[in-house]
Amino acid sequence: MQLIRIIGLNLFLAALFLFLSLLFFSDYTLTKEIFQSKVKQEHQQRLLPAFENIIDKTYPNTFVFANEIKNSIEEHNSAARNQQQWDQVIYDDYVGTLTKASTQGIVVDYTLLLFLLIFGGGTLGALLFILPKIGIEVPGIKNNNIFHDALNNRGWIGILLGTLLISFYILLYFYDAYVTNWIILVEPLKKLINPNGDSSQWFLYGFLYTFAVIVMGIRMLIKYRHSNYQMVRTASVMFFQLAIAFLLPEILVRINQPYFDFKNMWPLDYDFFDAWHINMLTQSDGSVGLFMFVWGITLFVVGVPVFVYFFGKRWYCSWVCGCGGLAETAGDSFRQLSDKSLKAWKVERWLIHAVLIFAVVMTGAVLYNFITGTNSIFGIDTYTYLRKPYGFFVGAIFSGVVGTGFYPLMGNRVWCRFGCPLAAYLGFVQRFKSRFRITTNGGQCISCGNCSTYCEMGIDVRWYAQRGQNIVRSSCVGCGVCSSVCPRGVLNLEVKEEEDRFGKPILIGNNGISLQK
Amino acid sequence: MSNIVIIGNGIAGVTVARHIRKRSSDNITIISSETEYFFSRTALMYVYMGHMKFDNTKPYEDWFWKKNKIDLVYDHVNAVDTQNDTLLCRSGKKITYDTLILATGSQPNKFGWPGQDLEGVQGLYSYQDLQLMEQNSKGIKKAVIVGGGLIGIEMAEMLLSRNIEVTFLVREKEFWSNVLPVQEAKLISDYVRSHHIDLKLETELLSIEDNGEGKVKSIITSKNESIDCQLVGLTVGVSPSIGFLKDSGIKTNRGILVNEFLQTNIGNVYAIGDCVERTYELSGRRNIEQVWYTGRMMGEVVAQTICGSPTRYEPGPWFNSAKFFDIEYQTYGNVGAQLNANESEFYWEHSSKKKAMHFIWDTASQVFVGINSFGIRLRHEKFDQWLRGKQSISYVLEHLPEANFDPEFSHKHEPEITQAFEKQFPHSPSLSLK
Repeated sequence: MQLIRIIGLNLFLAALFLFLSLLFFSDYTLTKEIFQSKVKQEHQQRLLPAFENIIDKTYPNTFVFANEIKNSIEEHNSAARNQQQWDQVIYDDYVGTLTKASTQGIVVDYTLLLFLLIFGGGTLGALLFILPKIGIEVPGIKNNNIFHDALNNRGWIGILLGTLLISFYILLYFYDAYVTNWIILVEPLKKLINPNGDSSQWFLYGFLYTFAVIVMGIRMLIKYRHSNYQMVRTASVMFFQLAIAFLLPEILVRINQPYFDFKNMWPLDYDFFDAWHINMLTQSDGSVGLFMFVWGITLFVVGVPVFVYFFGKRWYCSWVCGCGGLAETAGDSFRQLSDKSLKAWKVERWLIHAVLIFAVVMTGAVLYNFITGTNSIFGIDTYTYLRKPYGFFVGAIFSGVVGTGFYPLMGNRVWCRFGCPLAAYLGFVQRFKSRFRITTNGGQCISCGNCSTYCEMGIDVRWYAQRGQNIVRSSCVGCGVCSSVCPRGVLNLEVKEEEDRFGKPILIGNNGISLQK
Repeated sequence: MSNIVIIGNGIAGVTVARHIRKRSSDNITIISSETEYFFSRTALMYVYMGHMKFDNTKPYEDWFWKKNKIDLVYDHVNAVDTQNDTLLCRSGKKITYDTLILATGSQPNKFGWPGQDLEGVQGLYSYQDLQLMEQNSKGIKKAVIVGGGLIGIEMAEMLLSRNIEVTFLVREKEFWSNVLPVQEAKLISDYVRSHHIDLKLETELLSIEDNGEGKVKSIITSKNESIDCQLVGLTVGVSPSIGFLKDSGIKTNRGILVNEFLQTNIGNVYAIGDCVERTYELSGRRNIEQVWYTGRMMGEVVAQTICGSPTRYEPGPWFNSAKFFDIEYQTYGNVGAQLNANESEFYWEHSSKKKAMHFIWDTASQVFVGINSFGIRLRHEKFDQWLRGKQSISYVLEHLPEANFDPEFSHKHEPEITQAFEKQFPHSPSLSLK
């Protein structure tokens, strides 16, 4: 059994290594034909002089090639700017498209084979590593050696993985031309789902994301196979990621409907009210787009308060949400790294509410622009001063680079805890108007601290449990792991009448003793 | 302003300090030579097993004590001078007090076995024991644990997490059968074996053998079997830590003797927690109770007394809990190892052999007296109410779903349990689950 696991691990690592090294596999030749087919007619003439040196020359790697393209366009643009010929400046992003079209070599020739080797081999390896646990370990909480492990306790593997993830996000968001080989790699899948579509960095990201949720979801299902709550919840996030977030939007596009993720909502989906998005939905053929628009609004106006009232914010954060889905599957191994200090809680409250305010202000401005047909508010350009910084700092850096890249360093819910404006909104409702709470069981707490240690949101659960008080915190995503790891059966996620939800701090014990707050 | 000094920073000592602070602005000092800050002793095993870091075992952050004006002194008290209300510390420091609270806990028992002081032989109680266990278990292959109780099974689980083979010597017929009724003891014994522990029942330790370098080489059992091992865990109970009180004038027997206000024979000296021996009877309770919860409760009680509202230590119905590998155990009320003559019992076991419930009630009055539950979490509040309210066994069974504390989507066993009860007691009135 252990041998099978070792083979599986090596297979997985081999697939990962192949995947990473793929970035260096191709060479690049921009032919005249490609140039003519990918560059707009009106740009061709303008760009040709700058591209003279590139065309028909073969480059050994994407970094040199993509930079060359970028510089050539920039060369043209700065010349145009110098001559104050503003209409000559080209804003189209040709770097990615030209790089993709100019790629040659095994990635293009054997795309499907490589796809199967990497993702088939990776899945097989991961499953060989994960599945034998069923035979080796009896069901139950198995957190042995987590803090002795270089992956789970910010050791060298953790730091290496963090570096990889952070680099991945930076490439994906800001240098997508460099990952062209990966974009090409997932092309066969894209064509399978949507024969007329082209793979992009976002399709690549969506696929890798879903792949991680599914494979690591299987790991989660096995790890918590003694707990029905954890199994049902994990199956739920796997389903929503695969079916609703990944496949359904692609299928919608295939049948000529707008791309739409039915489970995403404002303010997490921060450009929902951007003019282009509203127009896309409301001006699409048929009524589906309109339905999507109404659905999107109903979800956060009605869905959030009603569902949070009855179930707590967990209905979204740890059952439905994609960010939560990744955190609860791929991120499970890092939940113990969240900071539980009071100081971290203070930072959390400032930060998350600041992001919420930012999102609300931005959306207000965007809606004002949409209604009035303007581009600015109070003389401030909305794109430059609100949408762009939000997209960059919150959308890309915070939720992506930090939110996921820092899993192995700061735990799996950095974004959800410190940054997500939707989590802040759901949290308000959970804190002030909900039937949900984590109940503490009488006087049975032994202050061991497993609950706090494994709380991914950094809630000091023990602080409440050891004084016999219910836990009602806006940040709690209801993952239920505190209850699972408790060795004394002290904690339970419950929905009951609102009255006395916070509970008086009471420890059952000596006659006549009750605690003062 | 009065000087209150507490010896011991375990759950008892820390609880009394916190509760005094809630009620008064007196000076509070806690002295401990174990660790600088309070940690949860019950979590030591998780540190060894890598579930937690030592820092995670501290229930309060380090700034907490200063903020709440509780002075911490990291020193060892060598002697108590009750004539002059002064403590003599190892460092040479003298600390005076107006009120002294002894919360010194206990220490692992050693029963004079040959070889018990060899390197590699240890108990598990303190932070130092944990460090010692790290050291003693480094690179070893085999360990023997002596004593079938809660610490013994924890130690076994700890060692297994490092792939160290464990032989477990238990004096009784089944694991912990001096506390658990035989059905449960057997269930746990079987479960222990399923974890590949060599459980040797009705076997005691005769001697521990030296490898010639002062280290343990093997042990010899009462059945004259020699077992090679590099670590011996002695987990045959604990005794109050009272050695330093010898010439203090504070009366002790096995523990520090206290009245119902947890006061010793010296007026301004109190004692709480593991180190205490009660001089008065409480029905269904032993005079020395070394569990987390009693330490905590005594701390709460004595804080009231010291702050001007004298309160008797009258713990409510007994409760306790533990975890045997993956099987959680909770108990409420009194379930003895032996059924008393006036009692009846009903035992239900799930086919998985990982869940069980054992109900005890008074035969004549039908009043429910206690329950052991394995693998099913129960609501403390409900059982506390039912025990205090002297509810009948049928009331308890009918309301069992209300007391279920398992997570959502867990399998519910109450119908099966009540059916089994009706089958076993066909003449009792039929039950309808509430």
